[in-house]
Amino acid sequence: MSRLITRRRMLTGIGLAAPAVVIGCDRLGSSPSFRDIVLSSGEWLSSRVHRLIGSNALAREFDPDQMSPVFRTNGNTQPRSPVYRQHQVTRFVDWRLDVGGLVNTPRSYSLADLRGKASRTQITRHDCVEGWSAIGKWTGVPLRTLLHEVQLKPAARFIVFHCADDFRGTAYYESIDLIDAFHPQTILAYGMNDGVLSVDHGAPVRLRVERQLGYKQAKFIMGIEAVASIADIGRGRGGYWEDVGFYDWYAGI
Amino acid sequence: MPGDTTTRESLPKADDLVARHRLSTRLWHWVNAGTVLILLMSGLMIFNAHPRLYWGQFGANRDHAWLQIGVNDDKGYLRIGSKQISTDGVLGRWEDADGRSRNRAFPSWSTIPSNYDLALARRWHLSFAWLFAIGITGYSLWSLLNGHIWRDLRPRRSELSPRHIWTEIRHHARLNFPKGAAALRYNILQKASYIVVIFGLIPLMILSGLTMSPSMDATWPWLLDVFGGRQSARSVHFIVAALLVGFFVVHIVMVVLTNPFNQIRAMITGAFRVPKEKR
Repeated sequence: MSRLITRRRMLTGIGLAAPAVVIGCDRLGSSPSFRDIVLSSGEWLSSRVHRLIGSNALAREFDPDQMSPVFRTNGNTQPRSPVYRQHQVTRFVDWRLDVGGLVNTPRSYSLADLRGKASRTQITRHDCVEGWSAIGKWTGVPLRTLLHEVQLKPAARFIVFHCADDFRGTAYYESIDLIDAFHPQTILAYGMNDGVLSVDHGAPVRLRVERQLGYKQAKFIMGIEAVASIADIGRGRGGYWEDVGFYDWYAGI
Repeated sequence: MPGDTTTRESLPKADDLVARHRLSTRLWHWVNAGTVLILLMSGLMIFNAHPRLYWGQFGANRDHAWLQIGVNDDKGYLRIGSKQISTDGVLGRWEDADGRSRNRAFPSWSTIPSNYDLALARRWHLSFAWLFAIGITGYSLWSLLNGHIWRDLRPRRSELSPRHIWTEIRHHARLNFPKGAAALRYNILQKASYIVVIFGLIPLMILSGLTMSPSMDATWPWLLDVFGGRQSARSVHFIVAALLVGFFVVHIVMVVLTNPFNQIRAMITGAFRVPKEKR
């Protein structure tokens, strides 16, 4: 009886198990229903629990002496679009930020308009989905200031950011829910580390949504749209990386 | 029967088949075996996205990494502090199943998924982390309530004497394991390792994992103070994972050395045959 599992057989079993696990998990990972049900459960649970226990929590703000000596860039550092390049040449004087969609009074803001509003400056940590972190100082106008001015319609559930950059012709975009949109640390940053936001970091304006990962911090913003559902935008998952790479829409973890 | 004063008379003898592991322990063990393997292998893939570790609040490519797996002149290497060793073929640069050279930290046979895919690895890791966390919380509470921890894992005063511990270490080193009724109890080395793993390493793993979440850092800012920053927490997560791998290796070696059929049956059905005394 005890010959059923001998040492040799157990060791063979362990030796065969590892490749079996890899092959099995690769198969499961490419099955659409397994991806949508099992492998999306973590994102679903995390987003609900985070909203339950800390929907208004503030991200830590650091002291100036805690900042990264070098804040590396990531993603696109130079949009190719001719419209953007023209704005770049004229230093964004003709650039306008259109805020529309499900709002009562759509508006269009110049960079000077944004700079003229009460600003917020915060030294926060930027966490890339890859694992690195950098601490930088951001200055901008709170998104909720603009949202109060345009007045969201009751049907609005998400705020979408349309960007000037693209990957192989597919435009970058991102979206957040209204809890993050009205969060006091969610700003449209036009300044970084006491200077003007540079092109490689997303000029003229980038999003800072401090409790989520780097790919949510949309750069080169051209338009903001309030929507009831993200299903009709792009491929329907709420952002460029969410669409093309199966990255989580909720990037708080 | 526990607590019955007559149990001393009816101690199980060698070759008796006795009930060894409770259902809660058996269930948790096997759920864990699968979950931990998935967490480890998907974790290695996530590490591959940025194979550098730092201490402190921040850390990126231009900052000093205390650990790095990389490739230099087409040779894979592992660097810890200022010490660099060649790991060519295993870490940093290795051949995939089709014989092509790949410049990635951990090789495809050790990661989930096997081909580079950070998004999918995160899905595996962050979904199964919930299963793992719920499992250990439930198991710990249940084991406290049913007395398992207090009865079976609590070191007794006599076991804590240096002499006793030294004797156990000597016996283990000679692969001379407890026989008869003594094999039914955890010895002090087992107790110590289970206590360190369940109450030390696993909580550290969960907390350092939570500290990597920007949202959890906002909700529980003390996490950042406990570990001294998100990048420190990431380093701790990696180090403790390595310690846990060490525990599993020893754990499996011990099962292999002490009648694997009997041990595995005990963890599946609960029934354990008391080992015979030395002839």
